[in-house]
Amino acid sequence: MKIITVESCYAVVGLYLFVLAGRIAAERQHPRRWGSALFWALLGVTFIGANVLPPTLVGYLVVVMVVLAATGQVARGASQEASREERVGHAERLKNRIFWPALLIPATAVVGTLVLGELHLGDVWLVEPKHVTLIALSLGAMLALIAAMRTTGASVGAASREGSRLLQTLGWSLILPQMLAALGGIFAKAGVGEVVAGLVAQAVPTGVPWVAVVAYCGGMALFTMVMGNAFAAFAVITGGIGLPFIVILHGGNPAIMAAIGMLSGYCGTLLTPMAANFNLVPAMLLELDDKHAVIKAQVPLALVIFAANVILMMVLVYRF
Amino acid sequence: MIGKYFSDNRAMTLPIVLMLPVVGLLERYGLKERAEVLIRRSKAATAGRVILLYTAVRQISISLGVSIGGHAGAVRPLVAPMAEAAARGRGGELSAASVVQIRAHAAAGENIGNFFGEDIFIAVGAILLMKGFFEAQGMNVSVWAMALWSIPTAFIAFAAMWWRCRLLDRRIERAAADEQKTGGAQ
Repeated sequence: MKIITVESCYAVVGLYLFVLAGRIAAERQHPRRWGSALFWALLGVTFIGANVLPPTLVGYLVVVMVVLAATGQVARGASQEASREERVGHAERLKNRIFWPALLIPATAVVGTLVLGELHLGDVWLVEPKHVTLIALSLGAMLALIAAMRTTGASVGAASREGSRLLQTLGWSLILPQMLAALGGIFAKAGVGEVVAGLVAQAVPTGVPWVAVVAYCGGMALFTMVMGNAFAAFAVITGGIGLPFIVILHGGNPAIMAAIGMLSGYCGTLLTPMAANFNLVPAMLLELDDKHAVIKAQVPLALVIFAANVILMMVLVYRF
Repeated sequence: MIGKYFSDNRAMTLPIVLMLPVVGLLERYGLKERAEVLIRRSKAATAGRVILLYTAVRQISISLGVSIGGHAGAVRPLVAPMAEAAARGRGGELSAASVVQIRAHAAAGENIGNFFGEDIFIAVGAILLMKGFFEAQGMNVSVWAMALWSIPTAFIAFAAMWWRCRLLDRRIERAAADEQKTGGAQ
């Protein structure tokens, strides 16, 4: 038995989304009052009910959310952000005390990850060991919220209001990472990767050792860009190109191939809107009008690191 | 099928939602403004240096298995405002384009530090996935070796970030100089 499960963390998120939906529904001046409220409420349902509802129903709810988002029914309300003078005033009053709730999140997450997973009385575990990182992070966020309310003297209502302000800033792009990951999962299941790997292996003279390296690293980066996820690309591209050609045919070192191959995949992650949680959500969080601004800043980085990876692998993989 | 995968990937959304009430509350009570005050006291601070320092902290800590930071938890409330404040402390008001550049690079620093540090730690998802892949193929590949061979790229990634941050600072300086020139001519 586990006392704190990851499902209970999802339930907290779901309940908070209901509160947010309620706030919006009560806001008369909200430009898209009912559409927005429905969107957040449905997201709350998928968070709480994922294990109870049949997956098909969840799928339809997701479709409804996408339709709401696509037809512009999800909008942000008139936000009453505190004025700069007010914030400067608070900053002068609170000084560095304002930082410690923010530092409490990583601190709790780290300590929690190390300790909580070990705590058990016989078969009764305090937390689900499999999801200890996620649970520790959730607990950290909640502890930090309590600390922040104590430090600032703010009420629960104020915290919920500020949270909904930021959530509405993000808007429907909040569910993009989940959506795109789901899409990637479907691609993987459909066997897109095997086809790609097969084509590359036929089209490119992988009989030459350095060409095999270029094909493998390039395959990792490109396929990661399509899937939005280097992990999904790894099994497919390593199974289709890396293992048969670099390791088996040319006798390369599998550890070097895998390590640098995965990092080549990460270069693809830097370049793709499919990796929404790394590239698009930050742009929304930082309130940038250009959703691709983060990707644009990362293009030179990704290209340089990718080129270095290819050279490193060429030099190292057949030598050790 | 969408429904199933959507539910399976709830972990991606969870930290953001749970983090936002805290971050929003702290912002309302002057977190950004305080960070700006601190950064202005430092004469050596520039936008690029603030971002590079964060990248270093992020990369080193995650390579030791400690995951701190994140876009919602650190970049929005702390790193980006500090970098902007550092740039303002040097060259005065910033153009809208410079602000976008600074924020985008702050997010890039988070990603570079995170991606190219994590594989040095052996108990991380990527390394375990690779180990599992080889095991399924009947091969025994050491997790230590895979972590070790992730180190050269980590240094290259950091060097690349250093280069981009320097360039960012130069661009901001040039934009500020242009501003003054046109301002003075009028």
